[in-house]
Amino acid sequence: MQTLLLMGDEAIAQGGLDAGISGIYAYPGTPSTEIMEYVQMSKMAKEGNVFSNWSANEKTAMEAALGMSYAGKRSIVCMKHVGLNVAADPFINSAVTGVNGGMVVAVADDPSMHSSQNEQDSRFYGKFALLPVLEPSSQQEAYEMTYKGFELSEKYQVPVLLRLTTRLAHSRSGVERLERREQNKIRLPEDPRQFVLLPAIARKRYKVLLSHQKGFESESEQSPYNAYFPGQDKSTGFIVCGLAYNYLMENFVNRELKNPLLKICQYPLPRKLVEQIASECEQLLVIEDGYPIVEEMLKGFLEKGIKVKGRLDGTLPRDGEMTPDHVANALGFTVNKGKDVPSVVTGRPPSMCKGCSHIDMYNSLNEALEPYGEGRVFSDIGCYTLGALEPFNAINSCVDMGASVTMAKGAADAGLCPSVAVIGDSTFTHSGITGLLDCVNDGSPVTIIISDNSTTAMTGGQTSSGTGRIDEICRGVGADPSHVKVINPLKKYHDQNTEIIKQELEHKGVSVIIAQRECIQTATRKKKEKKK
Amino acid sequence: MKTDIILSGVGGQGIVSIAATIGMAAIRENLYLKQSEVHGMSQRGGAVQSNLRLSDKEIMSDLIPLGGAEMILSVEPMESLRYLPYLSRQGWLVTNTSPYVNIPNYPDIEEVIREVEALPNHVALDADKIAKDTGSARSSNIVMLGAASPFLNLPVESLQEGIRQIFGRKGEDIVNANLKAFEAGRKVAENNK
Ligand SMILES: Cc1ncc(C[n+]2csc(CCOP(=O)(O)OP(=O)(O)O)c2C)c(N)n1
Repeated sequence: MQTLLLMGDEAIAQGGLDAGISGIYAYPGTPSTEIMEYVQMSKMAKEGNVFSNWSANEKTAMEAALGMSYAGKRSIVCMKHVGLNVAADPFINSAVTGVNGGMVVAVADDPSMHSSQNEQDSRFYGKFALLPVLEPSSQQEAYEMTYKGFELSEKYQVPVLLRLTTRLAHSRSGVERLERREQNKIRLPEDPRQFVLLPAIARKRYKVLLSHQKGFESESEQSPYNAYFPGQDKSTGFIVCGLAYNYLMENFVNRELKNPLLKICQYPLPRKLVEQIASECEQLLVIEDGYPIVEEMLKGFLEKGIKVKGRLDGTLPRDGEMTPDHVANALGFTVNKGKDVPSVVTGRPPSMCKGCSHIDMYNSLNEALEPYGEGRVFSDIGCYTLGALEPFNAINSCVDMGASVTMAKGAADAGLCPSVAVIGDSTFTHSGITGLLDCVNDGSPVTIIISDNSTTAMTGGQTSSGTGRIDEICRGVGADPSHVKVINPLKKYHDQNTEIIKQELEHKGVSVIIAQRECIQTATRKKKEKKK
Repeated sequence: MKTDIILSGVGGQGIVSIAATIGMAAIRENLYLKQSEVHGMSQRGGAVQSNLRLSDKEIMSDLIPLGGAEMILSVEPMESLRYLPYLSRQGWLVTNTSPYVNIPNYPDIEEVIREVEALPNHVALDADKIAKDTGSARSSNIVMLGAASPFLNLPVESLQEGIRQIFGRKGEDIVNANLKAFEAGRKVAENNK
């Protein structure tokens, strides 16, 4: 069949389309964003009427995907690793309800935190939810695992977690396609109570999930993606997960691999294969691109069994993305590093674009706050987080989406006044609205600045759920209309904007200031498209 | 045959088009290919890099090992030095000499160029000027691709075909401007090899 040059993300999207998905649900987040974007650009998706709009957040996306599955159709839901925290409630519970149409949950982790707040490993969530996890080691596997993940999902009637990491998500290689499958027809669940998790039903459903565990394990044992390669040198056996397989093999391109090797790309762990390599070898080296989850399981708390080496004993670094060089060091191979980086090379951190509306917002805010001193601005996640850097030094927190509003509230409850939140429009509709409701209900003395550039800029300019309606939403939640102000963050309005912020800082209740001007990148792009 | 290349520059300078063009050429030549890049934060005027691996055998890692690259191809001089630990001791550094200054503490450009010239195998050219001279100031990235082309183990025709495919959407004028830029860069490298 046809070969395509695809990034890991795109391979997942194509795999889903070829498997006959009827919808994809997602909230943007690096490195997962391109899965949805590929479907949105796909002719095949358009012809098949595949639903592909962005959701307000990962939780709403997961629930909508589950609803589509309830109706008998195949759905995929995509997010970055921290998005799964937001969607954890429906995710864990969907394992208990089970699914009807196949459902794949594609989550992209970001070891080394190339663009994230942490490097949590989604495989833990798979284990937590008691679900099968697929972890591709190549673009081809990313494609096939998505395609076959739907079959696995429908066979056991459970969601399947597809876990990838940044490197694969954003790396291109050739992918061969499988035969295209038609979409499912609408078909209600056979058991009308399957999705009703009242305790009495939930207990039964949970037992069903538990009863599948043996089946999941034997699927892993027979999976073509888990493979045992024998070897004569039994001093160390290698267990490699996902991409780590490539990093190990990179070190044996010009060397002979004599040790037994177990490649694991499907979980739960294939017990028989693990037992085999453990019984044959004197010790094990476990290599994973992520947390040492398999290593920890095999080691055991009391370390009574076979000796297990990896990230926990310092054979490999405890944190950060796995690399072929880390593996070479662990194997005792010399790394022929090139010349050192000359000292003239200085860092080049990302920064806000010239003409960005956030810049003018921060200039006004900093000036308005001057009399009160530092340390009272809670911010959030987006381009405006770069306000933490020089020359602005404008914010004091960035924790998780929506936390600016609620942390400002908590600090105000503690007596820090004024207390300011700075949040983007997409982040506000993702998780800020409920926080505003808390503030309104308690009349908290907070000043919430919504820096509204009418897009989700940080991740590349996707549509933002509340565009054009942010002020209405705030009033609808109950913010006093006389303290919902819209300003235009332009240099020429600097003085009057600063004045408005000053006034609202003095207000002893909830104030919302919407600094509204379109993202300079989006605006430029639109202008260019118009010219064409 | 194996060619490992580190592409480097600043967000927005067009290393993605270089990577895509080489990728197209590699596919035309039936080579294996892996091309990895980091998106996200790096879009905002920060340092960006891409690992591009071509081979006639299956490629394992998406990442190039330290000291393994045959070439660093950079559209910005300081950025060309950032990845030196990945360049093989026999490898080539091919870089634009025109700095992209978007940070307050950008180093003395002469010192940067001295570091480039201290390398045994280097090609340094002012791609911004060459691009302007060919009448297409925005094609300095493709000038750099041209300058790298003699070291790529890929037929020139395949690279040119790659340019046609990548820029085809933007119309015949843009394709021709980029083909011209490619030729101009190639000539400089041929004369300095
Ligand atoms: C739970 C979660 N989902 C997604 C992301 C990825 N993410 C980081 S910033 C951002 C966009 C924020 O957009 P907005 O608030 O409008 O700010 P802008 O970047 O446009 O200034 C997204 C989606 C994340 N960090 N956490």
